[in-house]
Order: sequence, then structure tokens, then C-alpha cells
Amino acid sequence: MFDIDKWQEIFATIAKNKLRTFLTAFSVAWGIFMLVILLGAGNGLKYGVSNMFKDDAINSIWISGGMTSIPYKGLQPGRQVQFTNEDFDMVKSQIEGIDHISARFNIRSGITVNYKNEYGSFSVRCVHPDYKYLEKTIIKEGRFVNDLDISEYRKVVAIGVRVRDALFAHEPAMGKYINLNGISFKVVGIFEDEGSEGETEMLYIPISTAQRTFNGANNINQIMVTVGDADLEESMKIANNIREKLAKRNNFSLDDPKAAYVRNSIEQFQNIMGVIGGIQAFIWVIGIGTILAGVVGVGNIMMIVVKERTKEIGIRKAIGATPWSILSLIIQESVFITSMAGYLGLILGVGLLSLVASFVPADTPMFSNPEINLVVAFEAMILLVVAGTAAGMVPAVKAARIRPIEALRDE
Amino acid sequence: MLTLKDIHKSYQMGHNSLHVLKGINLEIKEGELVSIMGSSGSGKSTLLNILGILDNYDSGSYTLNGTLIKDLSETKAAVYRNKLIGFIFQSFNLISFKNAMENVALPLYYQNVGRIKRNRMAMEYLEKVGLAAWAEHRPNELSGGQKQRVAIARALISQPKLILADEPTGALDSQTSLEVMEVLKDINRSGITVVIVTHEHDIAAMTNRIIRLRDGHIEANEIVSRPSNS
Repeated sequence: MFDIDKWQEIFATIAKNKLRTFLTAFSVAWGIFMLVILLGAGNGLKYGVSNMFKDDAINSIWISGGMTSIPYKGLQPGRQVQFTNEDFDMVKSQIEGIDHISARFNIRSGITVNYKNEYGSFSVRCVHPDYKYLEKTIIKEGRFVNDLDISEYRKVVAIGVRVRDALFAHEPAMGKYINLNGISFKVVGIFEDEGSEGETEMLYIPISTAQRTFNGANNINQIMVTVGDADLEESMKIANNIREKLAKRNNFSLDDPKAAYVRNSIEQFQNIMGVIGGIQAFIWVIGIGTILAGVVGVGNIMMIVVKERTKEIGIRKAIGATPWSILSLIIQESVFITSMAGYLGLILGVGLLSLVASFVPADTPMFSNPEINLVVAFEAMILLVVAGTAAGMVPAVKAARIRPIEALRDE
Repeated sequence: MLTLKDIHKSYQMGHNSLHVLKGINLEIKEGELVSIMGSSGSGKSTLLNILGILDNYDSGSYTLNGTLIKDLSETKAAVYRNKLIGFIFQSFNLISFKNAMENVALPLYYQNVGRIKRNRMAMEYLEKVGLAAWAEHRPNELSGGQKQRVAIARALISQPKLILADEPTGALDSQTSLEVMEVLKDINRSGITVVIVTHEHDIAAMTNRIIRLRDGHIEANEIVSRPSNS
């Protein structure tokens, strides 16, 4: 390996055949370059989509009432399914495997929010304390809605940072009273959210207070639960259990697809991750195809190398070169060219990816951090070198087998 | 030095088999200067290849320096070639991208001799053939005679027992041919066995024994009498 003569001979042949060497090196470098770019883009897509799911807990199930579409027990279709606090209590007490649970009540009329003379139009969500786990809300100051707020119908509100910025430009918000449609609520907490900025333009108030204050009776619009670390199958089962219970209580058919909408985020997450996995697999197929083309290129070139050097090999053998010394000479050249070129392609690819990454804004949807696992990149490179060597091996073995007498006749 | 007993060799040409050597019996003693003559197709090149362990033979036996040379592995054959035999070819067969010194040193590379020692020895041998000043030149910067002398230096550097020369003067003019023959005779005088394949009578006449081949048989085996020279 560290035989100066061998290296000299390799460099001599490389110098003698610049174009050929360049073409070989190019096909290898291109293969690695493309693989790095493709894998990087694939990862960017994956990270980007994962980020989108950061907004909500990925192990959550959301159920909202719809409108029946098939008759059931003598009831006509077209009936509104309205969940109530009893449904919530039932799910909470009877369904196993639930980690956190909250309901949500939507205030029908629009909500105007003001503090003194600062007005804003924000969304108000009326929820249970556990909602913060579902939305992955991060409390910055104070607290979220708690159980006492629920049981005592307190008029308290947790506001997002953008709401605070809009209403409380010049003074601290905590403990102040803001008006929701003219009804004053005390600010008890300020929160952030990992997801989009829109999530911090929200206000959260206790669901019980909202039902009472905004004419909600005991209606709820949505029930949402998290299912801990349940896998897809378990979470599907839990979702079905909930739906069964709700169907029984609210008199709709289990076969009715429109009576209740179930959104299982694990299922969604896994679906999308499945699609991305497919894309990544496809990328690998293309990448491996590119690398294969590089390998074939290397094999081809080495074949020509051997052909061109047949006579030289014959001379060497006549003066005492063993087959192994010929074999190793050819292989070393092939390994040298492929690894150098592969490394170059790797550097260029990674360089381009970081360049792209520096230009892509941090919150670009569906795309972030188009980085490549360097281990994977090096593995690909080693794969290419090994494959290139294997491709060079065929002609090299042929060269080693050349009978000197035939080689010397080759003019 | 070397003994051939009933050597047969055929080449497979498609479906036909070409019987080239049809029972060669030959003995060459140490220190001899022998020429092998014959028209083309007589089998003289094939014989030389067998002598040089460049080619296999089908039947018979070949003993070189006390070793039976038969069905050797490529690696073993390479070692014997390297240690026992020096080759000189009609077309010189120097490696074009190496300079004269590197060409001469190459056999020692395959003996794992260190680079510095190798090159020093190569310089010594180039000096012996009068080409020390051309050590750094590539083959394409040398004349035919110079190339052949480089090839001779390369053949000698491994201190072989046997020099095999395949038409060594075939590509040279008569003056240069004479010079090269003088070098080969010098080598022979130093005790090395030299076998020259040639079709030139005056070249053959400079050797001590002429073996004539015809259609795969040894036709004649004559000692050259040189009364004027003795």
C-alpha cells in the first residue's frame, strides 16, 4: 500500500491517461454527489414534515360530532350529532389506555378581545386542563387552565405570546383583566407553541366557564385524547372503542361514516411518514442506480486499462512479476481513483446541501435541514469503492492471468 | 544447465490442433553460447517460450538448473523467471513511461530489493553496457541499440543463470547487431549460459553451437568450429 514504486506507477498511468481518468473519476464523483443530494433532500422533506407534526401531540385522537347519513333505530338520517359533557365523562371514565383527555367547545359567535383600548381578533378555545398536552403548549409565565378553574367556573384565560404582544405592548399581562365579547377574564398564563406562530394567537379559557358564559349548555364539539406510547394498532383500537361508546350514547350507526369524525394523528403521522419512507426508498433506488452506473463506468475503464497495458503486464510477468503483484497494481489504481473521486463528490454534495440549507428559511413548510447523515454518506462511498474494486477485479484477474507470451505478442 | 526430454507442444486453433513441437530432446550445459535457428513456423519461438517458462508444454520434461519445470503455478513460474532467467526481446519490451534506470531496476523490484539499492545496482549495470549517461532517459529517447543494451542490463541485473534472447538483433542494423552480440559474448564469457534465437546466419555463426529446428524437430545440432579464432 505504501509502496512508492506502485504509487509512482499509478500516477504515471493516471498522468498518461488524463481524460480516461477524469471520466472515471467523474462518473464516480457524480454518483456520490447525486446520492448525497438526493438523500439530503429526502431528509429535508422528512424533517420538514416531522416539524409540522410538532404542533400537536402525535399520539392524539380527535373526535367531533357530524351529521348522521344513514338511518339508525328508526331515526332519520341528517340528524346532528351533538356531544355533551356526559359523553366526555363517559370516555374519560370508561376508555382504557387514555393518557390525557380534553373536550373543546366552540363559541358560535365571533369573539372580540380587548384590553382597554387595544382590540384584537383572536381565536378562543374552550378546553380542559389536559389540552395543553394535546397541543404541546409551552407555558412561559403563570399557568394553563386547571381543574379548579373548571369546577368553579372561573373566568380566567391563558394567552399566547402574540396575543400578549398585541394587547400588552407596554405593561405586564399577568393578572390583568381582558374582555372577551365584553366579559372580563383574568390573565393567568402566557404560553408559546412549538408549532406555527398562529398557535400563539390563541386564548384558552375553561370549557365549563365558556359553556355557561356563552350559552353552551352542556354541549361540547370535540373530544380529544392522547394515548401515551400506544402503537398504531392500539391507538386504532382505542379510537374504535371511543367511537363505539359515543355511537351507543348518541344513537348513530357504527357504519355511519359521517356521524362522527375521528382523526387519529398517529395514523396520519404514520401515513405521511409511510409516504416519505416511500420517497426515501425511491431516492435510494435512484441513488443506488447512479452509483451502479459509476461502478459500471469504473469497471469499463479498468477493462480498457488492462487491455491497453496488456503488453506492459506481459513484460512485467516475463521479468518476474507474480500474478498477485499485477492484480494489486490494477486494484490499487481503481481503489485510488474511486475513493478520491468519491470523496470529492461527497464534499461537493455536502457543500451544496449546506449552501441550500443556509438559504432555506427555518420555517419553510415540508422542508428543513436538508442534511445527510455523514455515516451514510461514507458508507455509500465505501460501497462505491468496494463495488468499483469489484468491477476492477474482473479485468484485473484477467490481467493477472495473462500468459506473458500472449501479452508480448500483443502489439 | 538445462535438459529437455521429448517435449511436445500443440496449440489449439479453433477446432484444429497445431502440433508445433514434436519431441524435442536437448541438453545445454552451463556456460554455453547456443543459437537456435529455423524458419518461421519451425517452432523456435515456442521452444524459447518453454525454455523461458513463459509457456507450458504438453508432455516430456524440462529440467532447469536441477529443477523440474512442469505445471508450475503462475506465481512459482514468475519466481523462477525472475531468479534464473534474463530475457532479451527483439522489440526490446521496455516500459515506455519508465526511464532507463527504472527499467533496468524493475526485476529487482519483484525481488523486493529496496529502492535505493535497486537504483544503485541499475546504474552499475547501465554503466556495464555503456549507458550510464542515459539513465534518466525514457525508451523513446533512445536508439534501437541503446534500447537493446538497456534490455540487456535489465536481463542481467537479477544475475540469472540463463539469458534467453529472442532475435536480439532483429530490429537493429548490422553494426549495432555486432555490438550487441559482443555484449552477449561478454556475458557468456562471465559464465552465464546464453541461448539466442535467430534466423540470421552470421549471428548464429558467432555462437558456439547451432541448433536447427525444422517442423518441430531438431534437424541439426552442430558445434561451430572456429579454427581462425581458437
